[in-house]
Amino acid sequence: MRFSIYRFDPDKDDRPYMQDYDIVPEPADRMLLDALIRIKSVDDSLSLRRSCREGVCGSDGMNINGRNGLACITPLVGLREPVELRPLPGLPVIRDLIVDMTQFFRQYHSIKPYLINNDPPPETERLQSPADRAALDGLYECILCACCSTACPSFWWNPDKFVGPAGLLQAYRFLADSRDQATAERLDNLEDPYRLFRCHSIMNCVDACPKGLNPTGAIGKIKDMMVRRTV
Amino acid sequence: MKRIVTGAHYGLRDWLAQRVTAVIMTIFVLCLAGTLLVSPLPDYPAWKSLLGNQWMRIAFFLFLIGLFWHAWIGIRNILMDYVHATGIRLALQIGVIVSLLFYTVWSAEILWALGSA
Repeated sequence: MRFSIYRFDPDKDDRPYMQDYDIVPEPADRMLLDALIRIKSVDDSLSLRRSCREGVCGSDGMNINGRNGLACITPLVGLREPVELRPLPGLPVIRDLIVDMTQFFRQYHSIKPYLINNDPPPETERLQSPADRAALDGLYECILCACCSTACPSFWWNPDKFVGPAGLLQAYRFLADSRDQATAERLDNLEDPYRLFRCHSIMNCVDACPKGLNPTGAIGKIKDMMVRRTV
Repeated sequence: MKRIVTGAHYGLRDWLAQRVTAVIMTIFVLCLAGTLLVSPLPDYPAWKSLLGNQWMRIAFFLFLIGLFWHAWIGIRNILMDYVHATGIRLALQIGVIVSLLFYTVWSAEILWALGSA
Protein backbone atom coordinates (compact mmCIF):
# COMPACT_ATOMS: atom_id res chain seq x y z
CA MET A 1 0.00 0.00 0.00
CA ARG A 2 1.29 3.44 -0.87
CA PHE A 3 1.22 6.37 1.55
CA SER A 4 2.18 9.99 1.01
CA ILE A 5 2.87 11.61 4.36
CA TYR A 6 3.50 15.23 5.33
CA ARG A 7 6.94 15.58 6.87
CA PHE A 8 8.36 18.57 8.68
CA ASP A 9 11.08 18.72 11.29
CA PRO A 10 11.69 22.36 12.25
CA ASP A 11 15.24 21.51 13.38
CA LYS A 12 16.24 20.15 9.96
CA ASP A 13 13.76 21.24 7.29
CA ASP A 14 13.28 24.68 5.78
CA ARG A 15 9.84 23.75 4.52
CA PRO A 16 7.43 20.81 4.74
CA TYR A 17 7.49 18.09 2.09
CA MET A 18 5.53 14.94 1.26
CA GLN A 19 7.31 11.60 1.68
CA ASP A 20 6.14 8.38 0.02
CA TYR A 21 6.12 5.05 1.84
CA ASP A 22 5.28 1.63 0.44
CA ILE A 23 4.33 -1.02 2.93
CA VAL A 24 2.59 -4.38 2.79
CA PRO A 25 -0.05 -4.52 5.53
CA GLU A 26 -0.18 -7.69 7.62
CA PRO A 27 -3.57 -9.45 7.89
CA ALA A 28 -3.99 -8.03 11.40
CA ASP A 29 -3.54 -4.45 10.12
CA ARG A 30 -7.12 -3.24 9.87
CA MET A 31 -6.95 0.44 10.63
CA LEU A 32 -4.87 3.30 9.31
CA LEU A 33 -3.09 3.56 12.65
CA ASP A 34 -1.86 -0.04 12.30
CA ALA A 35 -0.28 0.91 8.97
CA LEU A 36 1.26 4.05 10.49
CA ILE A 37 2.83 2.02 13.29
CA ARG A 38 4.19 -0.35 10.65
CA ILE A 39 5.64 2.62 8.75
CA LYS A 40 7.17 3.88 11.99
CA SER A 41 8.89 0.51 12.47
CA VAL A 42 10.62 1.17 9.12
CA ASP A 43 11.25 4.90 9.62
CA ASP A 44 11.24 5.84 13.28
CA SER A 45 11.71 9.52 12.49
CA LEU A 46 8.02 9.79 11.55
CA SER A 47 6.20 11.52 14.42
CA LEU A 48 2.54 11.19 15.34
CA ARG A 49 0.39 11.14 18.45
CA ARG A 50 -1.61 8.08 19.37
CA SER A 51 -2.65 6.44 22.57
CA CYS A 52 -5.78 4.34 23.05
CA ARG A 53 -5.95 3.10 19.42
CA GLU A 54 -9.75 2.71 19.65
CA GLY A 55 -11.26 6.15 19.05
CA VAL A 56 -11.59 7.19 22.68
CA CYS A 57 -8.59 9.37 23.49
CA GLY A 58 -8.70 11.59 20.39
CA SER A 59 -4.91 11.76 19.98
CA ASP A 60 -4.48 10.65 16.38
CA GLY A 61 -6.65 13.18 14.60
CA MET A 62 -5.18 13.93 11.18
CA ASN A 63 -6.15 14.90 7.66
CA ILE A 64 -6.71 11.67 5.73
CA ASN A 65 -7.11 12.05 1.95
CA GLY A 66 -8.40 15.58 2.54
CA ARG A 67 -10.80 14.78 5.40
CA ASN A 68 -10.15 15.07 9.11
CA GLY A 69 -10.51 11.84 11.05
CA LEU A 70 -8.96 9.51 13.59
CA ALA A 71 -6.36 7.13 12.16
CA CYS A 72 -7.26 4.42 14.69
CA ILE A 73 -10.88 4.07 13.55
CA THR A 74 -10.34 4.66 9.83
CA PRO A 75 -10.33 1.28 8.06
CA LEU A 76 -7.50 0.71 5.58
CA VAL A 77 -9.98 -0.95 3.23
CA GLY A 78 -11.52 1.68 1.00
CA LEU A 79 -8.78 4.31 1.34
CA ARG A 80 -7.80 5.81 -2.00
CA GLU A 81 -4.10 5.32 -2.81
CA PRO A 82 -1.68 6.90 -2.29
CA VAL A 83 -3.17 7.62 1.10
CA GLU A 84 -2.36 11.28 1.68
CA LEU A 85 -1.81 12.11 5.34
CA ARG A 86 -1.37 15.64 6.62
CA PRO A 87 -1.57 17.25 10.06
CA LEU A 88 -4.89 18.78 11.12
CA PRO A 89 -5.29 21.98 9.07
CA GLY A 90 -5.08 25.45 10.59
CA LEU A 91 -3.00 24.67 13.66
CA PRO A 92 0.76 25.25 13.91
CA VAL A 93 2.76 22.11 13.09
CA ILE A 94 5.21 20.98 15.77
CA ARG A 95 6.58 18.09 13.75
CA ASP A 96 5.21 15.82 11.00
CA LEU A 97 1.61 14.93 11.97
CA ILE A 98 1.80 16.58 15.41
CA VAL A 99 0.09 19.96 15.78
CA ASP A 100 0.13 22.53 18.56
CA MET A 101 -3.34 22.36 20.16
CA THR A 102 -2.81 25.33 22.53
CA GLN A 103 -5.27 27.58 20.69
CA PHE A 104 -7.86 24.81 20.52
CA PHE A 105 -7.70 24.13 24.26
CA ARG A 106 -7.61 27.83 25.11
CA GLN A 107 -10.98 28.17 23.40
CA TYR A 108 -12.24 25.04 25.15
CA HIS A 109 -11.22 26.44 28.56
CA SER A 110 -12.86 29.79 27.75
CA ILE A 111 -16.35 28.26 27.89
CA LYS A 112 -15.76 26.98 31.47
CA PRO A 113 -16.10 23.27 30.69
CA TYR A 114 -17.21 22.23 34.15
CA LEU A 115 -20.42 22.19 36.17
CA ILE A 116 -21.08 25.47 37.99
CA ASN A 117 -23.41 24.92 40.94
CA ASN A 118 -23.25 27.07 44.05
CA ASP A 119 -25.62 25.02 46.19
CA PRO A 120 -23.96 23.11 49.03
CA PRO A 121 -23.09 19.62 47.78
CA PRO A 122 -25.75 17.10 48.80
CA GLU A 123 -24.84 14.02 50.84
CA THR A 124 -25.02 11.86 47.72
CA GLU A 125 -24.71 12.86 44.06
CA ARG A 126 -26.59 15.71 42.40
CA LEU A 127 -29.27 13.54 40.85
CA GLN A 128 -30.85 14.01 37.42
CA SER A 129 -34.08 12.62 36.02
CA PRO A 130 -33.59 10.18 33.14
CA ALA A 131 -35.03 12.83 30.80
CA ASP A 132 -32.55 15.48 32.03
CA ARG A 133 -29.73 13.02 31.62
CA ALA A 134 -30.91 12.16 28.09
CA ALA A 135 -30.55 15.84 27.16
CA LEU A 136 -26.77 15.36 27.37
CA ASP A 137 -26.68 12.54 24.82
CA GLY A 138 -24.82 13.57 21.69
CA LEU A 139 -22.90 16.19 23.71
CA TYR A 140 -20.89 14.43 26.41
CA GLU A 141 -19.36 11.94 23.94
CA CYS A 142 -16.99 14.55 22.48
CA ILE A 143 -13.36 13.45 22.88
CA LEU A 144 -11.80 16.82 21.91
CA CYS A 145 -9.82 15.38 19.00
CA ALA A 146 -10.13 18.75 17.19
CA CYS A 147 -11.18 17.15 13.89
CA CYS A 148 -14.23 19.46 13.75
CA SER A 149 -12.66 22.77 14.74
CA THR A 150 -9.75 22.29 12.34
CA ALA A 151 -12.22 21.55 9.52
CA CYS A 152 -13.99 24.87 10.16
CA PRO A 153 -12.98 27.87 8.01
CA SER A 154 -14.31 30.27 10.64
CA PHE A 155 -11.87 28.69 13.12
CA TRP A 156 -9.05 28.93 10.56
CA TRP A 157 -9.66 32.66 10.08
CA ASN A 158 -10.29 33.62 13.72
CA PRO A 159 -8.91 30.90 16.02
CA ASP A 160 -8.19 33.50 18.70
CA LYS A 161 -11.75 34.85 18.81
CA PHE A 162 -14.13 32.15 17.52
CA VAL A 163 -14.69 29.36 20.05
CA GLY A 164 -14.99 26.75 17.29
CA PRO A 165 -17.40 23.82 16.98
CA ALA A 166 -15.75 21.62 19.64
CA GLY A 167 -15.81 24.36 22.26
CA LEU A 168 -19.38 25.35 21.37
CA LEU A 169 -20.60 21.75 21.55
CA GLN A 170 -19.12 21.62 25.06
CA ALA A 171 -20.64 25.03 25.89
CA TYR A 172 -24.05 23.62 25.05
CA ARG A 173 -23.29 20.44 26.98
CA PHE A 174 -23.17 22.59 30.16
CA LEU A 175 -26.04 24.87 29.11
CA ALA A 176 -28.17 21.75 28.69
CA ASP A 177 -27.17 20.26 32.04
CA SER A 178 -30.01 20.43 34.57
CA ARG A 179 -27.48 20.67 37.43
CA ASP A 180 -25.70 23.75 36.07
CA GLN A 181 -26.67 27.17 37.47
CA ALA A 182 -24.60 29.48 35.27
CA THR A 183 -26.85 29.58 32.19
CA ALA A 184 -27.04 33.38 32.05
CA GLU A 185 -23.28 33.85 32.45
CA ARG A 186 -22.58 31.18 29.85
CA LEU A 187 -24.91 32.86 27.34
CA ASP A 188 -23.39 36.28 28.14
CA ASN A 189 -19.97 34.79 27.51
CA LEU A 190 -21.02 33.66 24.02
CA GLU A 191 -23.24 36.54 22.91
CA ASP A 192 -20.58 38.09 20.79
CA PRO A 193 -20.21 38.57 17.05
CA TYR A 194 -17.00 36.54 17.14
CA ARG A 195 -17.21 33.88 19.84
CA LEU A 196 -20.43 32.23 18.65
CA PHE A 197 -21.66 34.09 15.61
CA ARG A 198 -18.66 33.42 13.33
CA CYS A 199 -20.45 30.11 12.78
CA HIS A 200 -22.22 30.30 9.41
CA SER A 201 -23.64 26.77 9.69
CA ILE A 202 -21.68 25.21 6.84
CA MET A 203 -21.57 21.92 8.82
CA ASN A 204 -17.98 20.92 8.03
CA CYS A 205 -17.81 19.99 11.72
CA VAL A 206 -20.67 17.51 11.40
CA ASP A 207 -19.03 16.02 8.32
CA ALA A 208 -15.68 15.64 10.11
CA CYS A 209 -16.73 14.41 13.55
CA PRO A 210 -15.41 10.83 13.98
CA LYS A 211 -17.89 10.28 16.82
CA GLY A 212 -20.90 11.22 14.67
CA LEU A 213 -21.80 14.25 16.80
CA ASN A 214 -23.56 17.39 15.60
CA PRO A 215 -21.84 20.62 16.72
CA THR A 216 -23.91 22.69 14.26
CA GLY A 217 -27.07 21.41 15.96
CA ALA A 218 -25.68 22.35 19.38
CA ILE A 219 -24.76 25.83 18.09
CA GLY A 220 -28.31 26.18 16.76
CA LYS A 221 -29.65 25.32 20.21
CA ILE A 222 -27.41 27.94 21.87
CA LYS A 223 -28.77 30.54 19.42
CA ASP A 224 -32.25 29.28 20.22
CA MET A 225 -31.68 29.84 23.97
CA MET A 226 -30.38 33.35 23.26
CA VAL A 227 -33.41 34.20 21.14
CA ARG A 228 -35.77 32.89 23.84
CA ARG A 229 -34.15 34.96 26.57
CA THR A 230 -34.02 38.13 24.43
CA VAL A 231 -37.23 38.21 22.43
CA MET B 1 0.59 37.37 25.57
CA LYS B 2 -1.62 39.71 23.60
CA ARG B 3 -4.99 39.88 25.32
CA ILE B 4 -7.90 38.92 23.08
CA VAL B 5 -10.84 41.24 23.58
CA THR B 6 -14.27 39.85 22.78
CA GLY B 7 -17.72 40.38 24.26
CA ALA B 8 -19.43 42.98 22.07
CA HIS B 9 -23.01 42.01 22.82
CA TYR B 10 -24.56 42.54 19.40
CA GLY B 11 -24.02 39.07 17.96
CA LEU B 12 -27.55 37.83 18.50
CA ARG B 13 -29.25 41.07 17.45
CA ASP B 14 -27.51 41.09 14.07
CA TRP B 15 -27.98 37.38 13.50
CA LEU B 16 -31.70 37.71 14.20
CA ALA B 17 -32.04 40.86 12.08
CA GLN B 18 -30.40 39.05 9.16
CA ARG B 19 -32.95 36.26 9.38
CA VAL B 20 -35.94 38.56 9.83
CA THR B 21 -34.93 40.72 6.86
CA ALA B 22 -34.45 37.56 4.79
CA VAL B 23 -38.00 36.45 5.58
CA ILE B 24 -39.42 39.92 4.78
CA MET B 25 -37.55 40.05 1.46
CA THR B 26 -38.69 36.53 0.53
CA ILE B 27 -42.34 37.37 1.22
CA PHE B 28 -42.10 40.60 -0.76
CA VAL B 29 -40.37 39.00 -3.74
CA LEU B 30 -42.90 36.12 -3.82
CA CYS B 31 -45.84 38.57 -3.65
CA LEU B 32 -44.33 40.74 -6.37
CA ALA B 33 -43.57 37.73 -8.59
CA GLY B 34 -47.11 36.45 -8.07
CA THR B 35 -48.57 39.84 -8.99
CA LEU B 36 -46.40 40.07 -12.10
CA LEU B 37 -47.46 36.58 -13.18
CA VAL B 38 -51.14 37.48 -12.88
CA SER B 39 -50.87 40.93 -14.44
CA PRO B 40 -47.54 41.57 -16.15
CA LEU B 41 -46.19 45.10 -16.31
CA PRO B 42 -44.92 45.35 -19.87
CA ASP B 43 -43.69 48.94 -20.01
CA TYR B 44 -42.52 51.99 -18.12
CA PRO B 45 -45.97 53.63 -17.76
CA ALA B 46 -47.34 50.41 -16.23
CA TRP B 47 -44.53 50.36 -13.63
CA LYS B 48 -45.06 54.06 -13.06
CA SER B 49 -48.74 53.60 -12.34
CA LEU B 50 -47.96 50.69 -9.97
CA LEU B 51 -45.58 52.92 -8.02
CA GLY B 52 -48.09 55.76 -8.11
CA ASN B 53 -49.78 53.91 -5.27
CA GLN B 54 -48.39 55.25 -1.97
CA TRP B 55 -48.64 51.84 -0.23
CA MET B 56 -46.76 50.18 -3.06
CA ARG B 57 -43.97 52.77 -2.73
CA ILE B 58 -43.79 52.16 1.01
CA ALA B 59 -43.68 48.38 0.49
CA PHE B 60 -40.88 48.75 -2.07
CA PHE B 61 -38.98 51.08 0.23
CA LEU B 62 -39.31 48.71 3.20
CA PHE B 63 -38.05 45.88 1.00
CA LEU B 64 -35.02 47.96 0.02
CA ILE B 65 -34.31 48.92 3.64
CA GLY B 66 -34.46 45.21 4.51
CA LEU B 67 -32.10 44.47 1.64
CA PHE B 68 -29.57 47.14 2.69
CA TRP B 69 -29.71 46.09 6.35
CA HIS B 70 -29.26 42.44 5.35
CA ALA B 71 -26.37 43.42 3.09
CA TRP B 72 -24.69 45.38 5.90
CA ILE B 73 -24.72 42.39 8.25
CA GLY B 74 -23.54 40.02 5.53
CA ILE B 75 -20.74 42.26 4.32
CA ARG B 76 -19.59 42.94 7.87
CA ASN B 77 -19.52 39.17 8.43
CA ILE B 78 -17.25 38.78 5.43
CA LEU B 79 -15.00 41.62 6.64
CA MET B 80 -14.82 40.07 10.12
CA ASP B 81 -13.88 36.71 8.63
CA TYR B 82 -11.23 37.88 6.22
CA VAL B 83 -9.93 41.38 7.10
CA HIS B 84 -7.91 41.12 10.30
CA ALA B 85 -6.28 44.55 10.52
CA THR B 86 -8.67 46.55 12.72
CA GLY B 87 -7.98 49.90 11.02
CA ILE B 88 -8.62 48.59 7.53
CA ARG B 89 -11.71 46.73 8.72
CA LEU B 90 -13.13 49.87 10.32
CA ALA B 91 -12.42 51.92 7.19
CA LEU B 92 -14.11 49.32 4.96
CA GLN B 93 -17.09 49.11 7.32
CA ILE B 94 -17.50 52.88 7.29
CA GLY B 95 -17.33 52.77 3.48
CA VAL B 96 -20.07 50.13 3.40
CA ILE B 97 -22.29 52.06 5.84
CA VAL B 98 -21.93 55.31 3.90
CA SER B 99 -22.69 53.55 0.59
CA LEU B 100 -25.76 51.79 1.98
CA LEU B 101 -27.10 55.01 3.54
CA PHE B 102 -26.56 56.72 0.20
CA TYR B 103 -28.44 53.92 -1.59
CA THR B 104 -31.30 54.22 0.91
CA VAL B 105 -31.77 57.92 0.29
CA TRP B 106 -31.28 57.49 -3.44
CA SER B 107 -33.86 54.69 -3.71
CA ALA B 108 -36.39 56.79 -1.75
CA GLU B 109 -35.76 59.65 -4.10
CA ILE B 110 -36.26 57.42 -7.16
CA LEU B 111 -39.42 55.78 -5.81
CA TRP B 112 -41.13 59.02 -4.83
CA ALA B 113 -40.04 60.86 -7.94
CA LEU B 114 -41.51 58.03 -10.03
CA GLY B 115 -44.73 58.07 -8.08
CA SER B 116 -45.34 61.80 -8.06
CA ALA B 117 -44.30 62.94 -11.53
